[in-house]
Amino acid sequence: MSLRTPLGRVLGLGSAKDGTGHWWVQRVTAVALIPLTLWLFFSLLLLPDLEFATVKSWLGLPTCSFLALLTVAVAAYHSYLGTTVVVEDYVPSVGMRVFTLLLLRFLYVLFAGAGLFAILRVAFGP
Amino acid sequence: MPVRARPLSPHLEVYRWQIGNTLSILHRITGVALAFGIVALAYWLVAIAGGEDRYETAHAFFAGPIGLTFLIGWTFSFLFHLLNGIRHLFWDAGYGFERRQRHISGWVAVLGAAVLTACVWAAVWHGAHS
Repeated sequence: MSLRTPLGRVLGLGSAKDGTGHWWVQRVTAVALIPLTLWLFFSLLLLPDLEFATVKSWLGLPTCSFLALLTVAVAAYHSYLGTTVVVEDYVPSVGMRVFTLLLLRFLYVLFAGAGLFAILRVAFGP
Repeated sequence: MPVRARPLSPHLEVYRWQIGNTLSILHRITGVALAFGIVALAYWLVAIAGGEDRYETAHAFFAGPIGLTFLIGWTFSFLFHLLNGIRHLFWDAGYGFERRQRHISGWVAVLGAAVLTACVWAAVWHGAHS
């Protein structure tokens, strides 16, 4: 049981009711994505070719699988935070907004989950 | 008291287009474009895990006209969102608010992204034809 009054609990949290949490995580993931996405971008550019064998052996390297997992997870989270704000800003009706946000959340888990699972398959699979 | 629709902020219809608001909107547009990039990245990763035939299908899509257009658009979106994102992080830390600094950093972000996109795809083109 909290001894804080209802007023004390909401003070400083604003209309979004979660204070600066969303804003701050957006920045933290942004900073993390600078090295991660640059790594992915230059890795793909510097591969000798994009044939199946080349790409699969590259992604199967432990360092590459690990960094690819981090990149997909952090990018999906950062993207989810960003598109959530876009939906909150531009979808006017409450019902449609809740539906879109819910759908968005499921889609991010679906696509990020598929990407992460695929990396693990390449890293540990046959 | 009569109820009538009052103007809501931001008053986009009376706002003069300039570098600041244009790049702010472009940051959002490229962010949404990059969200679709995550879908494409997930598809590509699943294709690698799915074996050679699946990968060849994905590879043929990305090497085709629609795929290449998408990849070039993705490259610009990524580079602009990265450069403009760094600009935003400097603002968040309290730097770069002067008019001159804002204008210069804005043009560096958008023109830098355009030039780097051209360089990257010139390098890809050169690599594919040598």
